[in-house]
Amino acid sequence: MKILTANRLSDGEAVWLAADHSWAESIDGAEIARDAATEERLERAGKAAYLKNEVVDVNLIDVALVDGQVSPSRLRERIRAAGPTNRTDLGKQARPAIAVAA
Amino acid sequence: MYRYDEFDHGFVQARVAEFRDQVERRLAGEITEEQFRPLRLMNGVYLQLHAYMLRVAIPYGTLNSRQMRVLAHIARRYDKGYGHFTTRQNIQYNWPALADIPAILDDLASVEMHALQTSGNCIRNVTADHFAGAAADETADPRAYAEILRQWSSVHPEFSYLPRKFKIAVTGAERDRAAIQTHDIGLHLKKNAAGALGFAVYVGGGQGRTPMIAKKIRDFLPERDLLAYCTAILRVYNLHGRRDNKYKARIKILVHETGTEELTGWIENEFTALKEGELKLPEADIAAIQAYFAPPALSARPEGDSLLREAQADSRGFSAWLKRNVTTHRHPDYAAVTISLKGIGEAPGDATDAQMDALADIAAELAFDEIRVSHEQNLILPHVARADLKAVYDRLVAIGLATPNAGLITDIIACPGLDYCALANARSISVAQDISNRFASQERQEAVGELKLKISGCINACGHHHVGHIGILGVEKKGAELYQVTLGGSGDEHASIGEIVGRGFGPEEIGGAIETIVDTYLAYRSGGEETFLETYRRLGSGPFKEALYGGEAKAA
Repeated sequence: MKILTANRLSDGEAVWLAADHSWAESIDGAEIARDAATEERLERAGKAAYLKNEVVDVNLIDVALVDGQVSPSRLRERIRAAGPTNRTDLGKQARPAIAVAA
Repeated sequence: MYRYDEFDHGFVQARVAEFRDQVERRLAGEITEEQFRPLRLMNGVYLQLHAYMLRVAIPYGTLNSRQMRVLAHIARRYDKGYGHFTTRQNIQYNWPALADIPAILDDLASVEMHALQTSGNCIRNVTADHFAGAAADETADPRAYAEILRQWSSVHPEFSYLPRKFKIAVTGAERDRAAIQTHDIGLHLKKNAAGALGFAVYVGGGQGRTPMIAKKIRDFLPERDLLAYCTAILRVYNLHGRRDNKYKARIKILVHETGTEELTGWIENEFTALKEGELKLPEADIAAIQAYFAPPALSARPEGDSLLREAQADSRGFSAWLKRNVTTHRHPDYAAVTISLKGIGEAPGDATDAQMDALADIAAELAFDEIRVSHEQNLILPHVARADLKAVYDRLVAIGLATPNAGLITDIIACPGLDYCALANARSISVAQDISNRFASQERQEAVGELKLKISGCINACGHHHVGHIGILGVEKKGAELYQVTLGGSGDEHASIGEIVGRGFGPEEIGGAIETIVDTYLAYRSGGEETFLETYRRLGSGPFKEALYGGEAKAA
């Protein structure tokens, strides 16, 4: 299983390609490719976004589903998805999650 | 310190305007990433895991309080409230937005600072002994020559597209506190028998994936020939350095593959052609630059001795700090202070905006308005009256920067590693924190004594692990972090590359492995004064290998 990741050009924020081809700031929003055809489609969308100067450093990365959550195989990508491990008050990990409605 | 003239101000302002235009065109899509990347690197802008990273140049690590306040302001306004001081005497910000960087550069320019040439294949920050101008053992202040080299190397039309980065360091004492033998060019400022100033010149040092100690190619180069000789070296490197393989492109590889004797011949030939030309440094020009580094007027403050005696009697913490963090000054009434940025359990080399502001105040009021950044990721107040040491200490305590561990095992150098850096394979900060916490006891640290521990999160060795007495290199093996340990490295005038001790350790094991190494040293050292490095050099790796791996079955 793979997802597509990049950094946003304007501020360098780590982002992932969502199903509507927007760029999600949280890895939970990433569209998952389970076959080669979908991987190709993600890559094409990533290339288009790169050429439109929305993002830089576009890459497909390996993920698994762990307890229903998308989890990258590489520690590097897990750190990118959360933030620095020595400062849990910084980065995405410090952002408030959306509260439950009921 | 050097003060910009009209030309300098104009130059930096023009460069900021040019980069602002480049950023705007990039954001509007008028230039591509391929076109923009070399341009942003020349302005110190990297892309990392979470955000861009801006590396601001601090020439030869020298700052005044006004500049420090702007660095604090940038951390507060454009970043997340802190900055990281580096192993090349610079500062890094980990979270700036590209769109904000022109504004940051404007703020820097207002206090005569910039981010030029802190990245890219050009000549980088010229570093110098962080005790320059204060050290009791100094022949002369190396910073005037670092400044001459800075002016020469800035936007040099011939040397802006080198095969790879190029790093120069200058020291002015026999004891090398600038690690010149691990630089592309290392310069040792000294006097010849006639009392004239000049340099021993070293070429081809470096760390990274192929660490090498520099070769001395000139025992004495007269000061007037400094630029002609460095130009000769750069010209030979620019012409012959490899451009086919990024990992073989530094001058150290050229020295290794060509041979020191032949390469020196090429350099000397080039130098002969340049020697009497426009690069020759007239005495008046050297004197004019030296004038910028005239020492502050240090008035007699003989009351220091008795004040210190009283203060030490009152405070154990102050005694410990005095012993470790205060260095002898050439003036008997003064001292150089090391402000450790290695709080127990903290990320090495980081300071908050509030700490930076407070340090600016301390420097302005008690330290002749001068601060230095050391390549060991600490800050220095080079000129403090001994009579004012207690006052400085109390103010450092108030901002949490009085850790009395300079040169001890918890005074760790660590690169940002996998928590921040796109090049990293493993985390380094977490390992530093683990080791720091294990050795938190001041008593235990002092019993261990001087021990320089350096950690890199990848083979690029930005943590300088090759020259750590204990070095740790983080690698990735089968998707997990693994830490290789080297022993016996040193960056001083008796430079050596550390030797790998054996198989690597996982994140849960590495802290314990370091404790085993230290315990082994304590068991084997010859008397309480023999340092870790001395013990290692006397005994070799045998006892350490035995202690770490002795119980394991040997591989076939």
